[in-house]
Amino acid sequence: MPLLDVQNLKKYYATQKAVDDISFSIERGTIFGLLGPNGAGKTTLLRMITGIFYPDSGDILFDGRKFELEKDVQNIGYMPEERGLYKKMKIGEQAVYLAQLKGLSKSEAIQKIKEWFTKFEMQTWWNKKVEDLSKGMGQKLQFVTTVLHAPKLIILDEPFSGLDPVNSNLIKEEIFNLAKGGSTIIFSTHRMEQVEEICDQIILVNKGKKILDGGVQEVKQLHKENLFSIGFEKLPEGPYATPAFDLAGTKNQSLIVKINEGYTPNHVLHHFIQQGAGIVSFQEILPSLNDIFIKLVEGTPLTRQFQPVTA
Amino acid sequence: MNKTWLIIKREYLTRVRKKSFLVITLLVPLIIVGFYGAIFAIAISGGGSDKQKIAVLDEGNLFDGNETALKDDNMAYIFIHGETEASFKKKYKADGYSQFLYIPQLDIQQPSNIKLHSQSAVNLLTKSRIEKKLDQAIEAKRLKAAKIDPELYKAINSDVSVDNTIDSEKGEKKSSAGVAYAVAFAGGILIYIILLIYGTMVMRGVMEEKTNRIAEVIVSSVKPFQLMLGKIIGIGAVGLTQFAIWIVLIALLQSVIPLLFPDMFHQVVAQGGINAPAIPQSGTQKMVSTISEGLGSLNIGLIVFCFIFYFLGGYLMYASLFAAVGSVVSEDQQEAQQLMLPIMMPIILAFVIMSKAASDPDSSLAVFGSLFPLTSPIVMMGRITYGVPWQQLVISMVLLFGSFLLFTWLTAKIYRTGILMYGKKTTWKEMAKWAFKRG
Repeated sequence: MPLLDVQNLKKYYATQKAVDDISFSIERGTIFGLLGPNGAGKTTLLRMITGIFYPDSGDILFDGRKFELEKDVQNIGYMPEERGLYKKMKIGEQAVYLAQLKGLSKSEAIQKIKEWFTKFEMQTWWNKKVEDLSKGMGQKLQFVTTVLHAPKLIILDEPFSGLDPVNSNLIKEEIFNLAKGGSTIIFSTHRMEQVEEICDQIILVNKGKKILDGGVQEVKQLHKENLFSIGFEKLPEGPYATPAFDLAGTKNQSLIVKINEGYTPNHVLHHFIQQGAGIVSFQEILPSLNDIFIKLVEGTPLTRQFQPVTA
Repeated sequence: MNKTWLIIKREYLTRVRKKSFLVITLLVPLIIVGFYGAIFAIAISGGGSDKQKIAVLDEGNLFDGNETALKDDNMAYIFIHGETEASFKKKYKADGYSQFLYIPQLDIQQPSNIKLHSQSAVNLLTKSRIEKKLDQAIEAKRLKAAKIDPELYKAINSDVSVDNTIDSEKGEKKSSAGVAYAVAFAGGILIYIILLIYGTMVMRGVMEEKTNRIAEVIVSSVKPFQLMLGKIIGIGAVGLTQFAIWIVLIALLQSVIPLLFPDMFHQVVAQGGINAPAIPQSGTQKMVSTISEGLGSLNIGLIVFCFIFYFLGGYLMYASLFAAVGSVVSEDQQEAQQLMLPIMMPIILAFVIMSKAASDPDSSLAVFGSLFPLTSPIVMMGRITYGVPWQQLVISMVLLFGSFLLFTWLTAKIYRTGILMYGKKTTWKEMAKWAFKRG
């Protein structure tokens, strides 16, 4: 049974179909990437999952039953893209307050905060105020307050914005740890390299619709263009009179070839071996998620146009 | 633990713990009492050590050389002899007199040509004091000429004051229009100030949450309505705390000051008698008894109950409106000012109606103002001391409570949408649409 099952979710605004019939499900313990260009409807989707917005239609099943804000608040940790903290409040007090709002008792909250502060080397922060923190430090604190109550579902909207590489890695490690510990993580971003690194599953939304769904490798296989890179001791001279492939480019001592339909890598290798070229390496080139993203989203206007809703 | 309670606690504690809260809470009573103190001090310094010396040239022999008739706490009258008006008016200043009163030969039936010489214009108070002395002297002469015994005259002389009695089922009681007016006005002003100060405090609190971008974090844990309600109640509690401290402090200071300066009060009251010449010798006691009688005539229990009811009702209703405004503005302070205006207008209007109602409580404007829920919290306080028919009171309270529920319901929906909107100017039309949207 998936932890989260989203079925035919719809949310229309006066001028936009923000989320237009999106369905997907997330298995326990996976890191799930929610991708999409700006204004694709990601935030609206997340706000419905966290119970901040009500969907116009469709169902959200959490743990196999209908999502209920009061009961499930403790099971969800949400770090929105527009995030912040009370500037004038002391950091320790603030963390306790947010944890209590999630349903933890005061002593429980204090104990867990101390654990996390130790882990992130933030012990000395307790009596400081948020306004004394740098942006990156604030992000770390925000992350701690999001995952403090050990929720089953953690939703992180652009969690690395404003973090330096060291702190980014620290948070990344924690995300992996949390997933290993059984938490499910939804990770929303448009930074593709992070998605490839972190996520198991992804969906891509554009203009309120889901246009891609699957495992990261699966998606890559689906969108591969039969490109291979062949490394030589010495680049062979062209032209390469064979129907097996077209030349897509050269790079240093390598040729990048696109194998035509009906042929296999064996045909290509056979061709070069017959010519007596010294082959050093042979490797398939899978498209990066970035390429897939651009390819799929390309052609649609960069910023979303307002459209009349007829529903 | 209940989450709304957590929010109330945070809103309350963060504000009460602030240094500025402590400073304002302690300073305001000190300023108020200091202000009164200054008024006392100024009033007293007019007399006392700084006695004015007035030279009197009594050619008409009005006072028969009798200085006791002129005795006065505030001024020293000194008779001079062997001078003429023309000669003395050149030198009275050099001789240390501030004024020079010249009384020529008088026709007692038509006294005229009495002159008061001075270097600069004589203030009204001094002038009326001198005129009173002259009146008394002339009166005495006339009584003598008419052969009337002054004691007899005193017995005949009438000094009447009308006691207004209110007839109700509970029996008769005395009313004092002055006291009723003062209490009504004070109550109205207090509620007016509360609505403005704490209403805008709610608005700023909501704006802070929005600009700090914490609103979305919080509403993923609690319902937006809980957040709004927690803030409103928390700040209301801050207001109550502040008022309680002020009342205690002012009461303490006012009871301490007469102990420190025991003469002050009596002197001030004695001087007050001059402003109101109708009050006879025992003016002080009579004034005090009028006030305490007036207070006794008021239904203090009802007034206190109404004050608390209208304070809470008015505050809760307006605070939800202020919260809605705070939720739709983004960083721009000017935008907040603009959106606040429509909320401020009924409050200011209510204040204007209240100041009329406090002197004319049964005018149709006052009755309307005390029933209409947007103005009733302030206007009703202006009427309540005069006694309001219970039907009107009930209608007013029901209307206020009903509109508190209605406004909270509508504004909660504006608030819910508003706090998550960024970078966009919201129009009144959009707000209305959010408010009346289903669900």
